[in-house]
Amino acid sequence: MKKLILGTAALALTAGMAFAQDNTIRMGTEGAYPPYNFINDAGEVDGFEREVGDELCKRAELTCEWVKNDWDSIIPNLVSGNYDTIMAGMSITDEREEVIDFTQNYYPPTASAYVGAAEGLDVTSAIVAAQTATIQAGYIAESGATLVEFATPEETVAAVRNGEADAVFADLDYLVPLVEESGGELVFVGDAVPLGGGIGMGLRESDTELRDKFDAAIASMKEDGTLNTLLKKWFGEDTQVYGEDGAAASGS
Amino acid sequence: MFSYCSDPDTLETFRWFSCYLTTGVHMSFYVAFLKVLLLLAITAPVALAFGFAGAMAARSHFLPLRWLGKVYIAVVRGVPDIAFFLFFVIALDQAVEYLRHKMLCSGWDQPIRQGSDFVVCQAAKMPLSTAPQFIHETYGFFLAVITFAIVFGAFAANVLFGGMRAVPHAQLETAEAYGMSNRQTFWRILVPQMWVYALPGLSNLWMVLIKATPLLFLLGIEDIVYWARELGGTKTSKFTSYPHGDWRMWYFLVLLIFYLAFTRVSEVVLERVMVRLTHGQATSGGETQRKAVVQ
Repeated sequence: MKKLILGTAALALTAGMAFAQDNTIRMGTEGAYPPYNFINDAGEVDGFEREVGDELCKRAELTCEWVKNDWDSIIPNLVSGNYDTIMAGMSITDEREEVIDFTQNYYPPTASAYVGAAEGLDVTSAIVAAQTATIQAGYIAESGATLVEFATPEETVAAVRNGEADAVFADLDYLVPLVEESGGELVFVGDAVPLGGGIGMGLRESDTELRDKFDAAIASMKEDGTLNTLLKKWFGEDTQVYGEDGAAASGS
Repeated sequence: MFSYCSDPDTLETFRWFSCYLTTGVHMSFYVAFLKVLLLLAITAPVALAFGFAGAMAARSHFLPLRWLGKVYIAVVRGVPDIAFFLFFVIALDQAVEYLRHKMLCSGWDQPIRQGSDFVVCQAAKMPLSTAPQFIHETYGFFLAVITFAIVFGAFAANVLFGGMRAVPHAQLETAEAYGMSNRQTFWRILVPQMWVYALPGLSNLWMVLIKATPLLFLLGIEDIVYWARELGGTKTSKFTSYPHGDWRMWYFLVLLIFYLAFTRVSEVVLERVMVRLTHGQATSGGETQRKAVVQ
C-alpha cells in the first residue's frame, strides 16, 4: 500500500512538472556545417543558426535546448518526436514538404557551387561529390555528371583532395572558407547555381501552433533588420539580405 | 585549460598541442572513451544473462518455452545488426511512449499517428522534453545497452546451448544414477562443466562486441568514432582558434591503437580464465594440467 501511494505521488509530481513548464523546445541540428552550424572549441553548438535560433526562441518566449543529430536520420527523428525542430541548413524543397513542414525561410534561396582541384573542368561529365539526401545531390544526379555521395560535408571535400572525385558540389557559404584557406589546392569551378526555396526551420506537420510562433518570430526578425545583421556577421558583407518587405534582395 | 591558451596563434608547437588537446571538444572525445568502456562493462554481463536465459529456454522440456528460446535465437541472429539497430530502437522508444501515453494522457483526443508523425502528449514523452540533455543521453545509452544485450544475447544463447550439449552425456547419466533431480543435475553437473566448452565461443563474441561499439553512433550516441571524425575534419580559422587540415587519419590511428590494446588485454585475461576453468575438467586440457602437477 505504502509503495502504491509513493508511486502515485511520484507520478503526480512528474506529471505536474511536465504541465507546469511543457514548453521546452528541443532544436535539432547537425553540428558539422559551418558557418550554419558547427561545434565550437568548447564543444557547444555554434554558428549562424544557433544565434538565429536563440533569438527566435527569445521572441517566441520559449525555452530552447540544442540537440545534435546525424544528417541521415535527422528527419525520421523529428517525426518520431525526439526533438521538435530542425535548424540544419536545410533547404525548403517539395520532397521534404511532403514529410515535414517548414517555416518561411530565414536564409534566402542559396547558391551552390562546384569546387575542384583545377579550373576548366567540365562539371556535366565529371565525377562530383555531394552529401547524401541534399538538394545538391539531387541536382547532380540530374545534371549528367557521375554522383558520389557521402554522409558528411567533410567527406565530400576530402574526396576532392584525395582524387576520388573531380569536384564537390555544396552550399557556396560552406565552401568559401575552405577554398580561401586551402592555399590554391581547391578552386571554384564554373558558376554558382541557385537552388531550393531558401533555408527554413523544419517542424512536424502536426505542430502547426509551434510553426506559427516561429514563423511570426522570423517575420519580426526580418522586419527590424536583426536577421540581416546576423547574415552579414556570419556570411560576410556581400551576402544576400532581406529587403524591407521581407523578400530576398541582393547584398550591397 | 592553461592560462597561456588565450592566444593560440602565437604558441610554439608543444604548447599549441597542450592547448589544442585540452579544449572542450577534446574533453568530450575523452569522455566518449569512458562511454564505450562503460557500455561494454554493462552490456557484457547483461548479454550473458540474456544468453543464459535463451539457452535454458531453448532446451526446456516445456514446448512453448522451447519455441520462444529457439525463435529468439533464430530471429535475432538472422537479422542484420544495422537493420536491427535502426528499427528496434525507434520501435522500443515508441512502444514505451505509447504505453505511458495510454496511462498518463486520458484527456487526449487526437490520434497518435498523424501521417508520418508520432505524437504523444507532453507528459508521456520519454524522457520529458523538459529534462536536461544529460537525462536524454543517459536514456539513449540504456536503450543502446538493451539493444546490444538482445543482439549479443542471441549469439551467446547459441554458444551456451552448444556448450551445454558438449558436456559428456555420461556425466549427466551418472548424476541421474546418483538420484539427482533434473534441476540438481542442471545446476550442479551441467552448468559448472559447460563453461569450458562455451568459453572459446564467448571470447569470440566479446571481441566482436568490442569492435561493434561504433554502432553506438547509429543510436545517436556520440561515441569515439563520431568524435574522431568530427575532430579530425578540416577546421578553418574562421570557426576555431585551432585551425588544421584533414587530420582524420591521426585520430583514427589513435582509435586503432585503442582497440588493438583493448583486445590484446582481453585476450590475455580470457586466456587466464580458460586455464582456471579447465582445472579438474574431463577434457584434454584438464588432463594435461593434471599430469603437469603429478610429474
